Amino acid sequence: MSTVQVSSGPAQTSSMVLSSSIGKKLFMAATGLFMSLFVLGHLVGNLQIFLGQDQLNTYAQALKDLPALTWSVRTVMFICLVLHVWRGIQLYFENRASRPVRYHVNATVQASLASRTMIFTGIGIFLYVVYHLLHYTFIVTNPQYAGLHDALGRHDVYSMVVLGFQNGWISAVYVLAMLCLCYHLTHAIPSFFQTLGLNNDKTRLRFDIIGWLIATVIFIGYTMIPVAVLLKLVILPEGGM
Amino acid sequence: MNFTLRVWRQKNAREKGCLETYQARDISEDMSFLEMLDVVNENLVKDGIEPIHFDHDCREGICGACSLVINGIPHGGKKGCTTCELRMRNFADGDTITVEPFRAGAFPVIKDLMVDRSALDRIMQAGGFVSANTGGAPDANALPIKKDTVESAMDAAACIGCGACVAACKNASAMLFVSAKVSHLAQLPQGQVERVERVRKMVARMDFEGFGNCTNYYECEAVCPKEISVKNIARMNREFLKAITK
Repeated sequence: MSTVQVSSGPAQTSSMVLSSSIGKKLFMAATGLFMSLFVLGHLVGNLQIFLGQDQLNTYAQALKDLPALTWSVRTVMFICLVLHVWRGIQLYFENRASRPVRYHVNATVQASLASRTMIFTGIGIFLYVVYHLLHYTFIVTNPQYAGLHDALGRHDVYSMVVLGFQNGWISAVYVLAMLCLCYHLTHAIPSFFQTLGLNNDKTRLRFDIIGWLIATVIFIGYTMIPVAVLLKLVILPEGGM
Repeated sequence: MNFTLRVWRQKNAREKGCLETYQARDISEDMSFLEMLDVVNENLVKDGIEPIHFDHDCREGICGACSLVINGIPHGGKKGCTTCELRMRNFADGDTITVEPFRAGAFPVIKDLMVDRSALDRIMQAGGFVSANTGGAPDANALPIKKDTVESAMDAAACIGCGACVAACKNASAMLFVSAKVSHLAQLPQGQVERVERVRKMVARMDFEGFGNCTNYYECEAVCPKEISVKNIARMNREFLKAITK
């Protein structure tokens, strides 16, 4: 358990921002928000695969030609990810320590399964992100992708994605990771509004529905890609890569 | 009705406790859970066994003294009901019922099913006083307050401070209790003078007492005998956010 300053007089504002229990919630909400926005932006990029090889590779090249943008986004994402995961794990153990003697009979009245599995879906997402970066971003696990170029000599991201998802195992892991992500989001999104104090009895159901809707859109959007590749709806370009 | 009880017995805060099995025989279905324990205790005394210790006071659902986690749910799981108001007809004849104390690091066991909930009192103390004008009692309706506001503040003020929210929370968080207290005064004109300091101090004290962090399970609301809504937690988050940015 973390140690907290005793406050006999007025609590110190600056130290409470991050050290207080509500400050920790705000911290998780803020880092989570940035990552969720990135996930949505990333989806818009990925879906361009359905517009063909030229479109996706043009988009990828455009990002490559903006190193200041891509690297600043990557840096912010990296910081958010590390802090969100580190804080999340810390909170998990802190919360467990708040009840040193456990109940013999455990019952749950209304806490959703998603809320009770945040740490596990979160770790699942984190492990996947590490693999995903090694797979497609830094091309460590499948070095042969590095040699893929299209007719204009650009890195052939399109063929890289299609080749990747033609492997059933990679697609299965991807879909599983998306399930973790979206299940995580069904609790995270309504929690975000609750933590920021924007929730009340009237908005509660609305935020739950918004959470499920966003999570479902993200799940379907991302999962469509490996499914389309496996169903051969998205195929390698003719005449080689 | 007859029941088999598995009851947590613990001599004192230092010694380890365990679940003991007792039989509850010839129990009327109209008895409250506590009256059933009274009958069991009478028989234990007759047999020369130390009776089961548990907290109770008004036995009409308003004082917040009674506790108990019954089959894993604080106050037994009947909506809007304290243990003292829970009737034995809510159980089936022959049931095995497990009774444990409210568990949290901030609620050390005193003996058997009695726990020390004074951490909640210390949070109240940290909240401090409410500034009030001296002199005669103010005239009725001299301070108009919107009906919706009054209702909302009163709903929060209904908290009896039993601590079931802490016992039910998988993180042993006291957010529902503290938020009810903060919400009650933050909505009323009488609570405005110390509004910012109050939320800061109460949250700081809550954290200091070793309660867990809220992760929005909402189990607290489900077991609250006064059905306090988690919208109060959202309000406290809002109050806290305002306080730390001031």
